Parts: sequence; structure tokens; C-alpha cells
Amino acid sequence: MLKYLIEKEFKQILRNPILPRLILVFPLMALLILPLAANYEIKNINLCVVDNDQSPYSRKLVEKIRSSGYFVITKTAKTYDKGLEAIEYDDADVLIEIPKNFEKELIREGKGKVLISANAVNGMKGGLSSSYLSSIVTDFAGEVRSEWIEAGTGGGVPVIEIMPLNRFNQNLDYHSYMVPAIMVMLLTMICGFLPALNIVSEKEAGTIEQINVTPIRKFTFIISKLIPYWIIGIIVLTIGFGVAAVGYNLLPAGSFGTIYVFAAVYVLAVSGFGLLVSNYSETLQQALFVIFFFVIIFILISGLYTPIKSMPEWAQTLTVINPLRYFIEMMRSVYLKGSGLFDLQKQMIALLIFAGLFNVLAVVSYRKRQ
Amino acid sequence: MKKVIEAENLVKKFGDFTAVDNITFQVNEGEIFGFLGANGAGKTTAMRMLCGLSKPTSGEGRVAGYDIGKEAEKVKANIGYMSQKFSLYNDLKVWENIRLFGGIYGMGSDEIKEKTDELLKRLNFENEKNTMVKSLPLGWKQKLAFSVSIFHNPKIVFLDEPTGGVDPATRRQFWELIYEATDRGITVFVTTHYMDEAEYCDRVSIMVDGRIDALESPMKLRETYDAKNMDEVFYQLARTAKRNGG
Repeated sequence: MLKYLIEKEFKQILRNPILPRLILVFPLMALLILPLAANYEIKNINLCVVDNDQSPYSRKLVEKIRSSGYFVITKTAKTYDKGLEAIEYDDADVLIEIPKNFEKELIREGKGKVLISANAVNGMKGGLSSSYLSSIVTDFAGEVRSEWIEAGTGGGVPVIEIMPLNRFNQNLDYHSYMVPAIMVMLLTMICGFLPALNIVSEKEAGTIEQINVTPIRKFTFIISKLIPYWIIGIIVLTIGFGVAAVGYNLLPAGSFGTIYVFAAVYVLAVSGFGLLVSNYSETLQQALFVIFFFVIIFILISGLYTPIKSMPEWAQTLTVINPLRYFIEMMRSVYLKGSGLFDLQKQMIALLIFAGLFNVLAVVSYRKRQ
Repeated sequence: MKKVIEAENLVKKFGDFTAVDNITFQVNEGEIFGFLGANGAGKTTAMRMLCGLSKPTSGEGRVAGYDIGKEAEKVKANIGYMSQKFSLYNDLKVWENIRLFGGIYGMGSDEIKEKTDELLKRLNFENEKNTMVKSLPLGWKQKLAFSVSIFHNPKIVFLDEPTGGVDPATRRQFWELIYEATDRGITVFVTTHYMDEAEYCDRVSIMVDGRIDALESPMKLRETYDAKNMDEVFYQLARTAKRNGG
């Protein structure tokens, strides 16, 4: 009996004008475009320079800032207040003021002061641009000192160690952070949304009536709905692995096998949840909104984009009942740390519980009789 | 005579509204039973209870020997059902729909194949075997839906307004299919709006406001109500209805 039903599901999915393309193209596009577009790295920051010193050193500093590639000098102002106006009019994001006698003080006392003001309306951008700037300045100070030491001037100046700044390397690690996260998101969306829309669309078409009047068992029916998405999930994941390897040169430190085993359980859990939503919905619209609501919440409180540890305590507690959280923990530890099944027992047990619970509920809530 | 459908004081309420109000009747094995009534009289609701698609609020019923309250799934294994709204899969081909439902009722692959060819031949439908169901004309869709509903050889088939919206010639062909089914020993329970079709039935019941107000053979009904045809019988009874059709 199951054979005929699964055959039917696959024929319907393959004949759908959009679904097969969506299943193949969506992961490709998302993985190729999103990590490049949704990037925490900030470039082309508009900088306003207020150079009150106009000395060789101050010009050298400005030149260094420009050549870093992160800043575009859009404005030079005579006074700090004028510079601030540029920020107010949005001509600049950040302002650097080099005080009068910057060079003199640097030579005489071995220290100089600069003032950095950033527009923090976009907090992220403000924070990053001022920290970029200050590290360029620190770097500059270091260079000046090492020049002196080489030249033998001011022999008493102590050698100051320059801390290596990883900040500028942030973007190098960025893909390994973002790509596994996007794979998880794709799996959640495709294997959550499609089942949620499946049963309810049979209700709208009226075909569910013809099924309900047969002696088909509820369990068989739900299984026949689950298996196709299970296979689709594995396909999507495989595409993801491929893009990560070819496009970003990213291979998990652990084994693919571990991820596949987890994905097999995880897809069952989200698809079961989708079917549950579908059972309770009367129209496609309802199902779509409800699953959208849950998927967004799952994603936002899963630790996918913001670390769980920095959430308020109540939100941290909520993540315990979020299957996505366990899957992401697994994904990151396998990709970055190389963990195996044995290290991830806790996550596996949690996912098994979710998969079992959602699917039992999906079978129970499917009603053949009103 | 053996009774294949027995309803006793069946009631279905939706909130305050009593859709089916205490109906009692029997259907004999092998007969064509017409279930008439105006729109909204409760025909479909009553039929859905008998098919195990809807739980009775109270009352009892047995279909094909099984209790519709406690053994709904056993009832389902022994009946066929064709709903008012076309409910085969539009995105499957003709043979795929037949195969799917044959499979669900537990038929084997070879048996399905053999019977499918036989059926399509009988319907003169061989050229449409690979046609997607959505591109069939309505009359053909309904013939196919009926054929699928009796493909697994059920004891009883329930037809809910099977000929709605099709031309008289196609209706005639459809009724020929119904007669063929009774020849195979299948009991037919059919709802309809067409009074000429009521004349084809062995016995008819007429539902008014959720109750069964008359139950007889068409001939006896015409005598009782002193009417020329079933149309007049129907008007006389339906006039007493208080519910609005729709």
C-alpha cells in the first residue's frame, strides 16, 4: 500500500512546475549568494578627516588609513564641528580628528592623540568602523616607533610590542561560520514548508476526501508523506556539501557520515512538525503563516546568527525546546571541531525525541473522520 | 431480503444546527437506492456518516454489516465513494489514478494492470490511458471517478450527485454504468437532483429539513401523492421545507 502512495507523492512533486527547480536551485543560489551578501565585514566606510596638524606624520597617517581599503575619505573639514556636520548630513560615517602639534608631541613625548567619533545609528557599522580606525592608528604608532629604533633616534624609546590584530582577518573565517548555518536554514525551510503545505493542499483540492474514505491506515498515510521530504532533505544537504567544498573550499573537520545521520533524524523532526501544522490548517494561507511563524522563531532563537550565551535567560531556556539548536550545535562541532557521533549523544537524543514526538502527533492529529 | 445499509435514528448536529434529524431507513442488497432532497436538506451529511467520514452525533448505523460508529475503517474497506466535488488527482494520469486507488484497497500490481486495461476497453477509453486527468472533459472525469470508486469491487457504492453539470447524453451513459455495477451485485446509493434519474431507482427517499419524509418506489410515490411524475412528488414535499436551499 505504501509503495503506491510514495509513488504518487513523487510523481506529484516532479510534475509540479516549480518544486523540482526550487529544490535544486534554491540551495545553490542561497549558498552562492548569501555568504557574499550577508557579510559582517564592512567596507567603503565614509570617513571625514579633520587634520589640524597638517604635518608629514599626520598626512602619513591619513594616507595609511586610506590605503587600508576600508575607508573612503569623502570629506576634509577644518574644525571638529564642521566635521560633525558632515556626519549629521550623512556625508560621513566616522570622523577622525588629528589635533594640532600631533607630530611634535609624537616626536617629543613619544605619544600622540587622535579623536575618533563614529555615527552609531547603525550600531554594528559604528562599532566596527571605530575599531578598524583605532587599530590602524595603533599600527601606525608602532611603525613610527620601529622607524625610530632603526634610525637610532631617541635611543631611550622602549620597544613596544604590537599585538597582532585578527580583526582584519575576520572575513577569512566568515564563510566557515556562515555556510554551515545557511545549510541548516535551507534544510529547515525546505523540509518544514513543503510538508506543511502538502496535506492542506489536498484538503483544498478535495482529494483528501477520496483518501479518507479508503481503509488506509493513518500511520501509513503520514509515512508516505514523510519519506519524500526525507529524501529531498538528503539531496539538499548533498548539494550544500558540494557548494561548500567547491565554492568555499570548506570541508568538515569531522565526517560527512555524522552529519548525514543527524540530518536524517532532523529532517524527520521538521517534516513531522510541518505535517502537524498542515493537519491543523484548513487553508494553504493558514498553513503558510503558521509554519512561517515557527520557522522564523526556530531560526532566531537557535544560535544560528546570535550566540545562545548572549541571549537573556528566558530565551536561553526556550532554545531547549528548539530542534534547530541541537542540529546547529552538531553542524558547527562537526565542521569546526571534528566531533563524532559519540561526542554528540546529547544532541542526538534531543533530536530523536523531537522526531518521535512530532510524528506521533502528526499521526494522531490526522483525522479521517470529522 | 438482506439489508446492507441500516440507519436507526441517525442524528448529526453542527453546534445548534441539526443537519440530519433522526433518520431511520434500510437499503436492500443489490438495489439502486435514490436519496433525494433539496439543497441543504442533509443528504451529503447523511451519506458522509454512512461512509465513515463523519461521526454521528447520536443514533446507530450498519453498513455492509459493520457498525459505522465503532468499525468505520471496516466499513470503508467494503464501500466505494464518489464525492460531489471531483476528487481524483488532477496531476496524475488516468491509469495512475486507477493504480493508486487499486493499491490503497490492497490489490496487487498485476491484478491492477489487467483490470485497468479491461476497464479502459469497456469505457472505450484506451486512448486516454496516459492523459492527465485535469485535461479530461467533465463527463469523462465523472465516469472515471465512478469507475475508480467501484474498481476494488465494493459491496456498496455511494454516489453524491454523480451527474451534476453534465449533458443528458452523458448522464444516460453514466446510468448505464450504474446498471452494469448492479449487475455485478453492487448496491448503489445515489443522491441526485434530477427527477428523471429518480425514476431509474428501485426505491427513493425524499429528505426535507434533515428528515426523511417519504420512502417508496417511484411508482408508489406517484400514486400516493397523486402525481404525474416524480417532479410533482418532489415539489409537494419540498414546499414544506423551512430551511433555505444553498
